[in-house]
Amino acid sequence: MATNEQSARKRAIDTVVRSVLPIILALITAALILVALGKDPLHFYGGVFENGVLGANWQHSLVMMTPLLLIAIALIVVFRGQLWNLGYDGQFLLGAVAVGGLAPQLVAATSPGVAYLILTVAAIAVAALWTIPPAWLKARFGTNEIITTLVMSTIGIGLTNILVEYVFQDPGVIVPQTRALDQSDMLPYIPGTHVHVGFIFAIVVAIVFQFILSRTSFGLRLDVFGASPKSARHVGINSRRMTIILFLISGGLIGLAAAMDIFGQWGYVRTNWNPAYGDTIMPFVFLARLSPVGSIPFIAFYSVFATGGTIAAQESGISVDFIKVIVALILIFMTITEYVGTKRDLGQSYLPDELKDALRKPVAIITGKRVTQ
Amino acid sequence: MNALLTSAFISAFIIACIAGAMPLLLAAVGETIGEQAGVLNLGIEGMMLVGAYVGYVVALESHSVWLGMLGGAIGGMMISLVMLVLNVWLGLNQIVLGIAITLAGRGVTSVLYEQNYSTTAPRVGLDRWQIPGLSQLPSVGTSIFSQSGLFWLALVLALAASWFLRRSNWGLSIRAAGQKPSSLDAAGGSVMRTRSQAVLIGGIFSGLGGAYLSLLGTGAFTPFMTNGVGYIAIIVTMLARGRILWVAVVSVLYGVTVAVGTVLQLTSLNIPTDIITMLPDIVIMVVLLVFARSVYISPVLGAPYARGTR
Repeated sequence: MATNEQSARKRAIDTVVRSVLPIILALITAALILVALGKDPLHFYGGVFENGVLGANWQHSLVMMTPLLLIAIALIVVFRGQLWNLGYDGQFLLGAVAVGGLAPQLVAATSPGVAYLILTVAAIAVAALWTIPPAWLKARFGTNEIITTLVMSTIGIGLTNILVEYVFQDPGVIVPQTRALDQSDMLPYIPGTHVHVGFIFAIVVAIVFQFILSRTSFGLRLDVFGASPKSARHVGINSRRMTIILFLISGGLIGLAAAMDIFGQWGYVRTNWNPAYGDTIMPFVFLARLSPVGSIPFIAFYSVFATGGTIAAQESGISVDFIKVIVALILIFMTITEYVGTKRDLGQSYLPDELKDALRKPVAIITGKRVTQ
Repeated sequence: MNALLTSAFISAFIIACIAGAMPLLLAAVGETIGEQAGVLNLGIEGMMLVGAYVGYVVALESHSVWLGMLGGAIGGMMISLVMLVLNVWLGLNQIVLGIAITLAGRGVTSVLYEQNYSTTAPRVGLDRWQIPGLSQLPSVGTSIFSQSGLFWLALVLALAASWFLRRSNWGLSIRAAGQKPSSLDAAGGSVMRTRSQAVLIGGIFSGLGGAYLSLLGTGAFTPFMTNGVGYIAIIVTMLARGRILWVAVVSVLYGVTVAVGTVLQLTSLNIPTDIITMLPDIVIMVVLLVFARSVYISPVLGAPYARGTR
């Protein structure tokens, strides 16, 4: 049994290495880029840590983490089904404007508790609704959902701005925005901190979805569908219905993220506001092997990075968009690490045959050997 | 409304159409070549931004929009090398790589612009070709026949791409690599080489599209200036099903919606700018919903090719 234990430990180490190595490689490369730009990378990374963790700053990171984690779960659900929902920005903003626009009146008319409940459901419904056209096109005609969700996202962002400027605008301010909720009407803090209770809620949702995905028949059917829609049909899974259900769940979770973010952190929606949460958490969802609970440490890492990085970038005199470069580097290193790992597991050569042939010829010419077919 | 139909107005309308349509046309031609060869390039938005930025920098340094355009093409090609090596050669996931390239393109160009030009924001000069005779015509003379020479170059490149794709052996190889790579392999061609060429040419066209946007469209680079044109190029490609002529038609239609948007802003009609920016996307979504059946996607699009597998 010792060998079994050993191989299990080896596999666990391997998984950790594969998940963490891309981040380390990306951070090293980013440091080299900073040096090339004439900045001090240690100063930048130190600033990230200082502004993201130290003092009371970790609380900002946890607040930031709430919507990110919920959107991560939304992506995990569709990615497990081998579907791509890249329309998160539009879905998020429509959910947010539904909450931000209606909350002040509803809180005044009823009580905060009732308003939270009604508007959270409304945000979930709106965001889920926005996924229906891409989901239907995918289910009915197989139209590429990557493209349609992106287009719907752009439309959703525009619609949000129109709603803010013409329907829900607070007449009392110059820059168009919805009426701000009073701090007393927003989600309460976790005692002793300045982190709203939405954070705990997000963690609970992650655990619930971990259970659903790994311990229920729905999770199993989802995995079969993701592995092969064709074989899913053979075991009696309705692929079309599955596609639409997955998109609705994904959109709903993004709407939930929007509701928590508006009720917990912002209290209003301003025109042209787009936090673009979804783009940046993409690599971490994959590094966590599409596991909701597994994604928690990765999202926490990114939240610290985004919170501290925004200030650190300003201090270093570099564009905040540098964080995008780091995320892109993580994505690229992730695919490479994955490739090398898979090839090693299978005991295959790291280069595909055709490429090897292409390389062998010039090498043979240089070394003066004849190419043997 | 009569004031709207003057010669100067029509001329301005046509100029706005061309400015909107040409970057999209170039990018969509590049995307078409890639998709015909079986490579879905989701990073086109990032490639366009890199092309726009490199073109802008080269044009500023050399005081020539032509060299700037060349720089944009090279910039687009350089970033398509990432796709070439990691996807075509090693077979890594195209969608993840595409998102990475888009993020990297956005981030890198924005960081570099902030670093070098954000305080000065210099502009690029234009060159205009007054076609003798034709440029004296009313309306079209001051618009179509007074464009930069790059406009004509871009048209020629698009036509050339169309001809090569449809009528040459090389185009046949490209289409075989996208339709049934194993048959190309069996016929003695190299799927990897064909796809590599397609990706590089796609990168060049995307870079050109981006450079056209920054050099001729606005005369300056601004971060995130492509604003989704790259994604629209992907949709145009899918609607056109590999036919460059249709790519051109849809691009011109897009240019018209952009121009209509500009016109609506000029008139006293109080229409929110957001509706105008949404207009092309709404048109595309309606087209997709109505013509969903005819949107063609190659069965092997996005799948890396490995010899011996089906």
